Amino acid sequence: MKPEPASSQPLLDVRNLEITFHGRDGAMKAVDNISFAIEKGETLAVVGESGSGKSVTALAMTQLLPPPPVCRVGGNIFFEGLDLLQLRQRELRRFRGKEIAYIFQEPSTSLNPVFTVGNQIAEAVKLHRPEVNDVTAEVIRALDLVKIRDPDKRHKDYPHQLSGGMQQRVMIAMALACHPKLLVADEPTTALDVTIQAQIMDLLKELKTKLGMSVLMITHNFGIVNGFAEKVVVMFRGKIVEAGETQSVLRNPQHPYTKALIACIPRLGVKQQRLTTIDYATLG
Amino acid sequence: MKENLFIQAARRPLGLAAMITLGVLYLVAIFAPFIAPYQTQTQQLQKTYHPPTGLTWQDGRLQVKVYEQVDPTVYEPIPGGAAPIRFFARGFEYKILGLIPWDRHLFLVEAPERIYLLGSDSTGRDVFSRLLYGAQISLSIGLIGITITMTFGFLIGSLAGYFGGWVDNAAMRLVELLMAIPGLYLLLALRSAFAAHVPSDQMYLLIVIILAFIGWAATARIIRGMSLSLRQRQFVLAAEVLGQSTWKILTRHILPNTFSYLIVAATLSIPAYILGEAALSFLGLGIQEPSASWGLMLSQAQDSKVFMMNLWWLLIPGAAIFVTVIAYNVLGDVLRDIVDPKMKVQSR
Repeated sequence: MKPEPASSQPLLDVRNLEITFHGRDGAMKAVDNISFAIEKGETLAVVGESGSGKSVTALAMTQLLPPPPVCRVGGNIFFEGLDLLQLRQRELRRFRGKEIAYIFQEPSTSLNPVFTVGNQIAEAVKLHRPEVNDVTAEVIRALDLVKIRDPDKRHKDYPHQLSGGMQQRVMIAMALACHPKLLVADEPTTALDVTIQAQIMDLLKELKTKLGMSVLMITHNFGIVNGFAEKVVVMFRGKIVEAGETQSVLRNPQHPYTKALIACIPRLGVKQQRLTTIDYATLG
Repeated sequence: MKENLFIQAARRPLGLAAMITLGVLYLVAIFAPFIAPYQTQTQQLQKTYHPPTGLTWQDGRLQVKVYEQVDPTVYEPIPGGAAPIRFFARGFEYKILGLIPWDRHLFLVEAPERIYLLGSDSTGRDVFSRLLYGAQISLSIGLIGITITMTFGFLIGSLAGYFGGWVDNAAMRLVELLMAIPGLYLLLALRSAFAAHVPSDQMYLLIVIILAFIGWAATARIIRGMSLSLRQRQFVLAAEVLGQSTWKILTRHILPNTFSYLIVAATLSIPAYILGEAALSFLGLGIQEPSASWGLMLSQAQDSKVFMMNLWWLLIPGAAIFVTVIAYNVLGDVLRDIVDPKMKVQSR
């Protein structure tokens, strides 16, 4: 949005990232030499189907993938100029949650069933912001930020007492409680129904402008990218097949896979016998 | 979660019965010195194998019958002979809960007469008193042993499941090694690795350590499986991306989610400790005379005299073990029924 003149480097700069899983029957390259960057305050959407390597890329940023014999990560991931892949686990813990926060696909399993939601948000606050004295007030403030009604009562609820949409709001509150610079949203709306999807997307849109943070949005749904992300990266079988401004990619897709993906978005009012599918034979 | 579990168990008749039984047993064990009329080592060589003394109502108060020895081990009540029972009388000194010194006892009779509620053994010691003192050892060994076992089982199991890889491999091969050796042989082998005779208090500690060493393997294996599956749950990943330390994740996220299993497993395996101690003491490798434990008392019942002369009261420690083990098993069953997810309505 407003690029800082002093730092010309992007907030996140992924260069030549390669991720390989080694199984019993040989190696499997999940991500093959991809590069992208996110400026401060910018939103980037990574679009692709299941197995295209989107989530693995997100997890690799804070070394959340299994340790080396199973999974090898190559390339560089620079966060404010610091290569995250070179850091040790202990140093990384400072970044996880504090600088880079995550929200996941399935809110119901992302919360620990045996603790209240307030308790879990408080844990995040205590961990990364030891200077906060009144943790409960901070928790209530965080819940209020994600528009949960009666936050002073709801923070004593257990996850199973909340609906899916509210659980996802709690997850967002937890992620934002430590004021991260980058929010990684890994398919945050996939497990929710369409009306709640729209609410969550609106909330995320509002929060990112309010807090001025960057967002890395991972999705397989082109429908929610438009109007949310400034830039988009399309991944297919571990490679980036297309990247650019969201508007231009949507209007004028170059790669056949992107075209196929966009063609898959159902349109209102159009009569179809069958929904459009992707014909992989033509993609090679 | 845990208060809930026991309250739920208390609502079921079987669970309530088991909890009351255990409660009474532990209370009796704690207040053994007060309830017991004699010390464990007080002998009365003129009154060996004395049968349980009968009670009569005479002169307006509760009295015990007085017996005369007609044969070395045959006693007959003297007609009309009785000794009054005195309640809250002064006897040997002891300390309540090991703290407050006192000398009052629930009931006593005037010396030289003696009260043998459950008869006497081969040296004239009161079986009832020894049963109460024995309960202190036999009942506490299970609790202490299970605490150590569950702690080790949880630590090793959860670390193995959480880290996977070579940690998991090393831990699980060790577990399999321990589980492949039959328990009683391992118990005897471990016991013989230490000195044959050690003081009673050290022996107690030794037995607890040996039993815990054998017991942790099974718990560790199950906890490892649970933590392996919990590890894949998203809230663990969520805690990790939040920057939580491994220790915090284990204690805050894995432990509470395995807690109900741990409680059930603990309740169901306490009997094994009580039986293990009884087995060691029975074989003369555990608690030594003159201290008392149920297994040790039972070993006296091996004597053929017991069967030839129908000295049935020497088998009472066996009945005590039986009742305790049954009560724990029933309680464990009830707790498992409550915790078992198959019995519950799925929350999601």
